[in-house]
Amino acid sequence: MEFFRQTSAMNFMGKSKIAMILSIIMVLSSLAILSLKGLNYGVDFAGGTIVQVKYKGDAPIDMMREKLSTNQIFEGASITEFGSADEVVIRMRTTSSDVVVDVGDVTKAALVGTGEFEIRRVDIVGPKVGSELKEKGLMSLILAVAGILIYVAFRFEWRFALSSVLALVHDVSIALGAIALVGLEVNLDVLAALLTILGYSLNDTIIVFDRIREGITNTRDGEFGDIINESITSTLSRTTLTSLTTLFVVFTLFIWGGEIIHAFAFTLLVGIVVGTYSSIFVASPTLLTLGFDVKKYHVNLSAKAAREAEKERMRSQFESGVM
Amino acid sequence: MKLNYRIVIFAFAIVFGLFFSLPSILQTQDGKKITLGLDLQGGLHMLLGVKTEEAVKSRIKSIAASVKYYSEKEEILIDSLSFDESSISFLLLDKDDLKKIKSFLHEIKGAVVVATGESISLTLTPEEIARTEEQAISQAIETIRNRLDQFGLTEPIVARQGEEKILVQLAGIKTAEDEQRARELISRSAKLELMAVDEDRNARVNSMSNSDAVSYGDVILEDVTNPHMKYLVREIPILDGGMLTDANVGFDQNNRPLITFKLNAEGAQIFGDFTAKSVGKRLAVVLDGKVYSAPVINERIGGGSGQISGNYTVMEAKDLSIALRSGSLLAPIYLMEKRSVGPSLGADSIKASMIALIGGFALVIGFMVVYYRMAGIISNIALIVNILIILSVMSLFGATLTLPGMAGIVLTVGMAVDANVIINERIRELLHQGYSIQKAIEEGYANAMRAILDANITTLIAAVVLYAYGTGAIKGFAVTISIGILASMLTAILGTHGIYEMLQNRIQKSKNNLFWFGIKG
Repeated sequence: MEFFRQTSAMNFMGKSKIAMILSIIMVLSSLAILSLKGLNYGVDFAGGTIVQVKYKGDAPIDMMREKLSTNQIFEGASITEFGSADEVVIRMRTTSSDVVVDVGDVTKAALVGTGEFEIRRVDIVGPKVGSELKEKGLMSLILAVAGILIYVAFRFEWRFALSSVLALVHDVSIALGAIALVGLEVNLDVLAALLTILGYSLNDTIIVFDRIREGITNTRDGEFGDIINESITSTLSRTTLTSLTTLFVVFTLFIWGGEIIHAFAFTLLVGIVVGTYSSIFVASPTLLTLGFDVKKYHVNLSAKAAREAEKERMRSQFESGVM
Repeated sequence: MKLNYRIVIFAFAIVFGLFFSLPSILQTQDGKKITLGLDLQGGLHMLLGVKTEEAVKSRIKSIAASVKYYSEKEEILIDSLSFDESSISFLLLDKDDLKKIKSFLHEIKGAVVVATGESISLTLTPEEIARTEEQAISQAIETIRNRLDQFGLTEPIVARQGEEKILVQLAGIKTAEDEQRARELISRSAKLELMAVDEDRNARVNSMSNSDAVSYGDVILEDVTNPHMKYLVREIPILDGGMLTDANVGFDQNNRPLITFKLNAEGAQIFGDFTAKSVGKRLAVVLDGKVYSAPVINERIGGGSGQISGNYTVMEAKDLSIALRSGSLLAPIYLMEKRSVGPSLGADSIKASMIALIGGFALVIGFMVVYYRMAGIISNIALIVNILIILSVMSLFGATLTLPGMAGIVLTVGMAVDANVIINERIRELLHQGYSIQKAIEEGYANAMRAILDANITTLIAAVVLYAYGTGAIKGFAVTISIGILASMLTAILGTHGIYEMLQNRIQKSKNNLFWFGIKG
């Protein structure tokens, strides 16, 4: 079976203007959603308490609300169904620092009389830990991007690095926008998903860039845009296939992975689609816009080769004692 | 069929993968197994803080106690001995004793002594305060570890995290009662103090306010069983728990549990001296700020042992003796983060992610066979070995499998085929261009190599950052991703290449590109 059997290059760069407009609209609207709605930080980052309760039979949510409303600790607590009707999650901003009797224990005591239930999970994240995790999370995103920037600049050229990082920013912004749009709770697992998107989308971009680099080295003269078109066309099969297989597994995670992994899977789902698109329609056109010069690259390449050869000559002369 | 170094290495990888992953997969008794994270097997994760300022306070208090003991022993007359958060002060009534008391005070580590006229004060240097705070943290870690070791859990983790946090992880806690017991044991300060009852004023204790008591150098404490029963005791204790060497559960004549304790030589000396001159007076046994008993001293008590009776069950007495034996906490601890997962939720999480893993895996495997035919089957072999290697490496290094870690494996399945897809696509391309099969395979691998390396290294960079900055479960995700990437280099690049080399003669003979690579022509 074969999906693409293209012998002639498709004109991707010709459509790059439309793509650029589409990307700008998507990124801008993501930023708008982010600034208007903001991210819904979960307990990991905002601090607070989550209590997951499973009832025998359907959870009596109204009765639970009533019970909790008698204690001021639970002011502003929200009770929502979690995956199924018999399981609920209580979220609140309150935390406590007592090791022996914490908010979870208080909640458990308050729910006595609402039916037969089991406390399945209690997460308490103090405000200090929460803000530390937030700081660390942001730091890890920045460091990952910086590391990637340096590596790509070293292996390719600075314009490649800049383009790939721009594509990454594009992907992460859109993913964040989607998260804000559906009001997904941002926890550590969502951060992990964002970093995975980073790796994944970069994977895609690097594969295309590798082809472009190959194309540049093989064709001495020729339009840079044509080289890009050819490269994307020849990697299109791979890009689609890998995206498909990864989508398969992420989709199964999304459907069957359970409520806890839901946010993680959703973020990846968006990221994979956007990441695939961006490696074709964002990273490569940016390379073109940044004014990469094939001729100059060759001059530099041959100059570099000459330098290496010169060094080698000197070394062999030095080693054989002829100076 | 011919052997080559690639296939030999790959065969080793298969054997390695099978050998070390089977104990985890089949859950056999022997062999190293993957540890399941708390989110998968249930358990308690806590990040604790230490109120270090309390440690400094109690250090000051114990210096005050030793000044009092010394002055009484050496018959130095002092008055108005008092202390606050960071200093103690008193009046020296006889100037002739100045030299003596000064030399005693100078022996106290990290103390600055100032004498103006008859008033003498002692403060701790900032370095000493920092040292005391640091000691409070490291001692808390040690104490909590000792206590949990005796609690009977399998491999509790007690570790320092960052500058001032203590990480406690208890796997295998099955019930809410167990969790409660563990938390009480951890947080119990277990500070034992022997304090003299102020017999002159105790009769008036019920009409006295706290500030009245302080003005006499006393403090009002409640009885442990009856909060209405109060004692007025001297604020500076005769002894504190630092001189305790052992504690055990014993039984009184009515067979009710009590706790016996032993003091070290210095403690025994102080205890003996005090009881000798306090016959007829009462001694309060105070534990964590509550009076457990206040027996009348009948005679000098030598030997340095005593007992704490109270209204407890055998289990409580046992936990209390563990706490006393493991040492008291210099400063109280507080909760910064807690994550507790019930065992049933953990089991549900495993089930859900297994379904996802198997479902996703089956889809990918099926798709690869349909799309690439034989090449797809070869890729699938690499994929399966890849998973076995991830499991093996994780069990060998004792890495923990968390829920995000499971997701990491699922994701690796999706991404590991990527290397094979790149290679297979390259080979197809070269075949289309009319290359011979052997040439196409060789060139295909050579061309694909650079792209795969670059792509994998960048993902690895992200994973390493994730590991360095992540906590707990996220670290688990980074670990599985990293191992998965490294393993895929071995299986997808080396392994499949080896298989092609081995089958080369057949491939060339058959000339059936549709069967081998899923393309016509």
